[in-house]
Amino acid sequence: MQLFVEQVLNGVGNGVVYGLVALALVIIFRTTGVLNFAQGEMALFSTYISWKLTTTGMPVVAAIAISMAISFIAGAAIERTLIRPVESARSPLNVVIVTLGLFLGLNSLVQLIFGTDPQTMPSIFPAGSIELFSTNGDAAVIQKQTIGLILVLLAECLVLWFLLQRTRLGLKLRAVAADPDSARLHGIRAGSMLMFGWALSAALGALAGSLVAAERTGFDASLMQTILVYALAAAALGGFDSLWGAVICGLLVGVADALTIQYIDALDGIEVVLPLALILVVLVVMPNGLFGKRTVERV
Amino acid sequence: MSLLEMEGVSGGYGPVQVLHGIDLAVDLGHVAVVLGANGAGKTTTLRAISGMISVTGDIRLDGRSIVGKPPEAVSKLGIAHVPQGRGTFTELTVDENMRIGAINRHDREIDADLDRWYEVFPRLGERRRQQAGSMSGGEQQMLALARAMMSRPRLLLLDEPSLGLAPLVTRELFARLGDLNREEGLSVLVVEQNASLALDIGHWGYVLEAGHIAVQNSAHELHDDEAVRKAYLGF
Repeated sequence: MQLFVEQVLNGVGNGVVYGLVALALVIIFRTTGVLNFAQGEMALFSTYISWKLTTTGMPVVAAIAISMAISFIAGAAIERTLIRPVESARSPLNVVIVTLGLFLGLNSLVQLIFGTDPQTMPSIFPAGSIELFSTNGDAAVIQKQTIGLILVLLAECLVLWFLLQRTRLGLKLRAVAADPDSARLHGIRAGSMLMFGWALSAALGALAGSLVAAERTGFDASLMQTILVYALAAAALGGFDSLWGAVICGLLVGVADALTIQYIDALDGIEVVLPLALILVVLVVMPNGLFGKRTVERV
Repeated sequence: MSLLEMEGVSGGYGPVQVLHGIDLAVDLGHVAVVLGANGAGKTTTLRAISGMISVTGDIRLDGRSIVGKPPEAVSKLGIAHVPQGRGTFTELTVDENMRIGAINRHDREIDADLDRWYEVFPRLGERRRQQAGSMSGGEQQMLALARAMMSRPRLLLLDEPSLGLAPLVTRELFARLGDLNREEGLSVLVVEQNASLALDIGHWGYVLEAGHIAVQNSAHELHDDEAVRKAYLGF
């Protein structure tokens, strides 16, 4: 029992991270209709910026905030210079190819600029753990870090929900995602909205990456690669357009993964099969995911 | 002076020129009707006005040129364009669709306007929390009209509002449009295949043929002109 609880908590700790990255994926998807495969590597680059700033003695919170601001601008610039020129209604694959190119390019760029040695990122959360309960002297504990990450995840999700559902800017973003031509006829600058979607998502990625890196004893350029696969699984499971779906499914994927590692020896060393299998099953059985809106359309 | 004037407007899509020197005007408080066969350039004329295609020649709103402005800028000048296919934001609710109509307004009367249009179009009010895409074609056309009105337009551009609608629904739609014109003084430029219905509420009519104005006259006389009816309008 104690082992089971511990594994579930481990899974939650990882799942929060998947949820954070999945949220960034969902934001770009909801505002622009594009799946950004470079999300992880954009976050990686931002994470290195955060880390570099902390090495100058800057407080961690300030470093992450500045990195988020830089990423916001860089995200907008990427949309403007790399994505928009290749965008065409006839072949949405163009954009996908560019994000794949960005994925490879950014990863190499990180290694070129920051080197390949593992680095350590300081955490914004206190170290240590809290005992939940103990049976026969065996205690189940939860890391304070995990609690901190869960709080950040919930806060982020609330802010995004408020932005999209309750503000004028959010309505514009959703209008452009639903029908860019019609949105322009209503006086909404579609280009600016797409740019904002990328900028926001890049900033969220910076936050996610910086927090993840601090969870690890050390990180290098491979930090985000498996995380992106798990985050994609979470986003697919959640239906790609649901904020809460991304969060809940991020946790689900994390826990499922932890339990697989613990209890299914056959998958030892190839645990990454699990998220891939999840993506496959979800796309085949329920293309709208667990939380995705089923689009009803009459003509 | 006319509210909208087009003077020698030519243009099209890439190398394909669709409009060949269109001269057209919409007077303040009037309904102008553009008729013509498929491919005559009716939709393209509206797209030229709202800045969706680039054109040569001049288009003036209140005497000021709007040529070269992107659609979002033209919209802010008070031209509401309901495109073919109605431009419904299908995944959003009816209420959100209506609020998008008022997205560039900053006055305090938006909620009052919402209530008002829900009174005029009760079906929309009943379905305000529903996904807009789940409504019938007729309801979506009403939504398009109401959404356009939420922007308090000076000029409404309507592209084939009757397309895909049952005759009875089309009749109701034009009755509403006539009401809006008479009671609100709304100026309208409507493109329509159903010539008889459109001319009934119109003041002036244009017949478009191969990208230029072939005939123009008061709506009343166009309606009764047998030669024009036989040659162009088919009723």
